[in-house]
Order: sequence, then C-alpha cells, then structure tokens
Amino acid sequence: MTQKIKWDYSPAPEGTDHILLKDKYDLFINGEFIPGKDGKYFDTINPATEKKIAKVAEAGKTDVDKAVRSARKAYENTWSKMPAKERGKYIFRIARLLQERAREFSVIETLDGGKPIRESRDVDIPLAAAHFFYHAGWADKLEYAFPGRSAKSLGVVGQIIPWNFPLLMAAWKIAPALATGNTVVLKPAETTPLTAMKLAEIIQEADLPPGVVNIVTGAGETGKQLVNHGDINKIAFTGSTDVGKYIMKSVAGSGKKYTLELGGKAANIIFEDAAIDQAVEGIVNSIFFNQGHVCCAGSRLYVQEGVADEVISKLRKRMDSLIVGDPLDKNTDIGAINSKMQLDKIKEYVKLGTDEGGTIFQPSCSLPKKGYWFAPTIFTDVSQSNRIVQEEIFGPVLAIQTFRTVDEVINKANNSPYGLSSGVWTDKGSKIFKVTQDIRAGVIWANTFNKFDPASPFGGYKESGVGSEGGIEGLSGYVNLV
Amino acid sequence: MSQRIDIQKTYKLFIGGKFPRTESGRYIKWMDKKESMVVNICRGSRKDFRNAMVSARGAVSGWSTRTAYNRAQILYRIGEMLEGRREQFMAELILQGLTIKQAKNEIDQSIDRLIYYAGWADKFQQVFSRVNPVSLPYFNFTIPESTGVVAAIAPDDSSLLGLVSIIAPVIAGGNSIVILASESFPLCSISFAEVLQTSDVPGGVVNILTGYRKELLEHFSSHMDVNAIIYCGDNTDDQKLVETNAALNVKHVILFPNQDWSKDQHESPYHILKCQETKTTWHPIGV
Repeated sequence: MTQKIKWDYSPAPEGTDHILLKDKYDLFINGEFIPGKDGKYFDTINPATEKKIAKVAEAGKTDVDKAVRSARKAYENTWSKMPAKERGKYIFRIARLLQERAREFSVIETLDGGKPIRESRDVDIPLAAAHFFYHAGWADKLEYAFPGRSAKSLGVVGQIIPWNFPLLMAAWKIAPALATGNTVVLKPAETTPLTAMKLAEIIQEADLPPGVVNIVTGAGETGKQLVNHGDINKIAFTGSTDVGKYIMKSVAGSGKKYTLELGGKAANIIFEDAAIDQAVEGIVNSIFFNQGHVCCAGSRLYVQEGVADEVISKLRKRMDSLIVGDPLDKNTDIGAINSKMQLDKIKEYVKLGTDEGGTIFQPSCSLPKKGYWFAPTIFTDVSQSNRIVQEEIFGPVLAIQTFRTVDEVINKANNSPYGLSSGVWTDKGSKIFKVTQDIRAGVIWANTFNKFDPASPFGGYKESGVGSEGGIEGLSGYVNLV
Repeated sequence: MSQRIDIQKTYKLFIGGKFPRTESGRYIKWMDKKESMVVNICRGSRKDFRNAMVSARGAVSGWSTRTAYNRAQILYRIGEMLEGRREQFMAELILQGLTIKQAKNEIDQSIDRLIYYAGWADKFQQVFSRVNPVSLPYFNFTIPESTGVVAAIAPDDSSLLGLVSIIAPVIAGGNSIVILASESFPLCSISFAEVLQTSDVPGGVVNILTGYRKELLEHFSSHMDVNAIIYCGDNTDDQKLVETNAALNVKHVILFPNQDWSKDQHESPYHILKCQETKTTWHPIGV
C-alpha cells in the first residue's frame, strides 16, 4: 500500500510595506479631495480579516450634484474643446502611471476586495492599464470607427460599478468615456472603493483637467442620486439585473442614454470529444475564478453523458487541491468572499440547493476562522427548474447537469432569462461554430473561459444587459452618431 | 342589363403568414375624408398580439439562419411585388388623402427603400464584424447578430413608407417583427401584407396588426418575449410607458419622433444595427 503524501505549500505572502494608504478618503470632485457636505463616512474592511482598512466619505445629494456640475463645467469649458489628440495623450498618461504602480494597486485591490493576489496582479491591474492604453489611441481616430457617420460626445456620464473587479470596472467605464470626449462622475461599490480613490490620485498626477473625472463614494443611495440627477446624459452601469431594471425605469422618459452590464448564468458545455483534462481546468477557471464573483461565470455546467462520470470525478479531485485562504498569499486559488452580505446570500443558495434535492460536494479544505470564506462547491442531481440552476448566485457554486445531443444542450443553455456568456469544449472545429452560433449570449469562449481584453467587446443578450463594453462596439455607447 | 356590384375587400390582420380576423370580433369604422367609402378595420386585441408573438418567435430561428443572400433576395422580391401592385396602392393612398403626386412618391420611395435594404442584408455583417487583436493567443472575432423578435408601433402619418422604413431594416437583420399599423391610415398597411405574402417571406417573419395604439401599446411594450421595441411618435407619455415597460425584461428601446420618412437619413445600415446584438467568440490558437 502506498502512503499518501501530503505536500503543503509554505506561505508566500505578498508584502504590503510598499503601499500607501490613508486612514481616510474624501470625495474626488473637480480635481480635489473634499469631504462630503454631511461629513458622513463609512468603513471599508478587509474581508479576509474583517479589519477596517480606511474610512471613506459617503456622498449625499449635494455632493453628487457638485460632482455633476464640475463634470458639466469641465465638459463645456475644457474637455469637449480640447483637440482629440491631446485628450488621448492624457489617457495614455493614466495608463502609464497605472503600469508603474501596478504592484501597489494589486495589493490594495486584494486587501479591499478579498481576491487572490495572483488574480489582481495578473488580471485586474494589467487589464485596467490596458483598457486606458487601448482607448487612449481611439480619441483622435473615431472617424474610422463609425464609417459614414460622425461621432459626437454625449456630455456628462454617470457610471456605477460593482465590487467584483473594482479597478478594472472603473477602467472599463472611464477609458472609453474619456476617449470619446465625455466627462465622468463615477461611483465605486461601497465595499471596494480604495483602488478607485487611488486612481483619483493617478488622475491628479496625470494632470487631467479638474472635473473631467469625479469620483463619489457611497452605497445604493449615492447611486440613486447619480441616476436621477437631471444633468446627466448617460448612465453606464455594471451590476445586478434587478438594479439594471430599476435604472431603466428611473431614466424612462428622461432622454438619458444607458448601457447596462447585468447578471448572467452562463452555460459551460463539455462535449465527449473535448480534451477532458483541459476542460476540467476550464471548469475550475469558469466558476472559481474570483470566488465566482463574476457576472459571466460558468455557473451552469452541462456535460455530455458519456464523459460525465469522468469529468465529475476529475473535477472533485482537482477541487481537493485548490487552496482557499489568505488572498495575499501567491499560492492562493480562492480568496475571501467580498462581504458578509454576499456570504450570507451564497449560504442561502447552497442550503436551497440541498433542500431542492441536489447532491453537494465540497473539498475538505480548512477555512480561516476570521473573515468571510466559502469552500468551492458543486451540485449534481439538479434540473433546469431548480433555483440554483436558474438564478445568479455570484459565488463559487456550480450546478452540473448532463445532456445527450447538441440540440438538447443548446435548448438547455438558452433556456434562461440571461445571455451574457457561454463556454464550449470540443475538439471539433465545426461543432464549435455550430454551437457558438446557436447560443444566445454575447461572449462565447471556445475551449477556454473568462478571458478578457480591451479590444474584445463584452456585453449580454436578453436580461444580461444593453450595449457592449470594449472594442469599437464599446465606443458606440458613448457617442451620438450623426 | 343590371349594373355590376363591386366586390369590396375585407381588411384583416396578418399573422403567421395568414389573414385572420381579430379573435375579439371587434372592429373600427374607417372612412375617407369624403366619406365616400367606409371600411371595417379589425380592432386587434391583446390576444391577437400574443398570437402574433408566437408566430414571430417561431419564425426567428429559420429566418435568422437563412443565408444572407437569400434574405437579400426576399427583400428584393418584396420590392418587385410592390412595384407590380402600384395601382392598388395608388388608389388606397389617394383614398387616405394623398394627392396623385404624393401617392406616387410614397410608392416609389417605399420600393426604393426595400431595394436599399435588400442590398444591405448580405453586407452589413461584413461591414460591422471585426477580428479583434487581443493580447492573448486567441482568434477573437465579433459579429452583429439579430436580437430576435421586434415589436413596433408604426408611424401614424406615413402608412406605407413609414411602415416599410421600420420593417425593412428589422427583417434585413434577421429579426421577425410584429407591427401595429398606422391607426389613422391603416388601409395600405394591411394591403402591404398581401405584398409580403406573395414575396416568399416565411410566415411569421412579419406580422401586421391594426387597432388602437392606446389599447395595444401597453401589451406591445410589456410582453416578456419581445427583445426590442420600436415606437414611432411624439407622445411623451407613450414614450415613457414604452421605456418603463421595457425594463420588465430589459428590451432594447428604439424611439423615432414624428418625421419626414422620405429623407435620406432613413437609409442607413445603422438602422439595421439598432436591432442587432453583439456576439464575440474566443477561439484558441495552438497545436
């Protein structure tokens, strides 16, 4: 009998001594950091330790109004009048400064949001910088983006972003808005405001004209003030479908434009002829990347019957080796759940999954005592009508079903109010094109999952949203074509 | 010899390639200005709309997966058929109050608009698709893809050209449509269905209802299987209702204020894009 040897990784924590964080962050309005009128602050905590990192100003109605006025003034007086080429150079500057300070931003992103440092270091921060760099170059080339039409900026854009990719979402929103000549009021999520405030420092360093970018921190109420402000020309929102619908209703009849990146319940489809080991790695990446806090996460897995047992047993084995724990540790695969509220929601869904008759599997990993944690989880013996198959959980929870034919799986995949993304695993090229053509979703990954790029449009069908971000399609959401 | 009695036309709805009467059995009396002719127009109901939606949804997958060349030819064929029925439309447009010259222009432009969009059906995807230079070893491309079923409230003042200007870009892009004809001038909108029916347009791709805007707008905008809603008109309460109801299932909203539909701006591939989604596919490069 062979003895099972357990190899433990030694801790490999990323240092935090090189980062600069203040105890208190004010609002960023008209190029300056100013306290909110009511003097209210809220705490932002590290979800891995539950320790407070800093206090952050809560913007009220007057503050949001001030930010919008400052953005309007900057739009009228400076930004819309500046030659596009110069506008672009400012955005390039932001990209460069972000690249220079990438390590600091990675650490802060991980501290504030709980995601593994490996991801903030290799994905979030480099992609954020890439978004600024890509869009900077568009500023003076818009006539090539829209043949036959001329692109005019909209004015002041209100942008509301989520907590799952804090800096990256800020970059997705701000970069195309600026490149197309708009000015911005951005509201970061209340649990992850820090990298946005650090970005404000970079914006100051880049000498961007005051008021071109304003950042107001706060929770839903602050977002509401921004959505309902009378002098906003467009709302760009990333977040839940419920809030997206609220925004649509709020701006109805106002003439405000909007783009919405909403929820998802992506089907990840494994065919019998797929490279199984790669596919298993792909499943892990599709649902456990960023603790499953990903709107395009592959949270519905469909495995063709002939390989179902093999795939599920390999997946379980792979899950046993996932490292859940300190997000700052470079070996960590799954970090902390972003907030207590989100953790409670995930727990509720997992209980529901069990109550509905699903068979649960979680690896035997030890979770830290302090902080918000949830072990990677898969459910088998579930069906299309189960709520954990229909609804977005936004956590490391996967619902697995099987299928026999291509038609069947396409039907099942499309049987959802969402249509953000999907994955297809097969070695047969023609099958890839057939399935990707028939799936009603905006982003489809063939033999991969969760890949992003500033040049690649990202956006959903059906209740997953309106409009795209990234690429030329992303630009079109920030201009009027005349 | 006794004088021959005319056969008068019964104006019905156009659903799933067939001409049913409204299931509600209701009608609207329509008469021309001189009151020389009185016609009973179907007062379409919510149920008629829902039936039309079932037809439209059923037709989407077949229509959107036809070759672009075939869709282009069918649009061209609609133009051909309209050309062949000029006299019928002249008579109806004049009855609806246009002068001979205006009626002729309206027909000419409606035909030309169909031919214009026929030409785009097999090109817009080429013009608006891209290969994106991503910084990872993937072949990444983006294409426009039809959104699905479009519900539309046609322009009230332009019953043929306005109707055609809404329908053509929607179906050129591979969508199906349920459209509420002009309430004030419904005759030639329903007659246009006869053109569609003889043009190899598959049943259900275009469905035309008549009835009251006020009654049907709520249902057009709130139906949960509609992917995009087009509203033509200046009524701000209507516009707000459409935008509010669109939130129920995140429909795309396209508003056209009252305008001159003969203008060149109504011929543009960007009108096709209004009812298109954007699909991006990542495909690995490797051995």
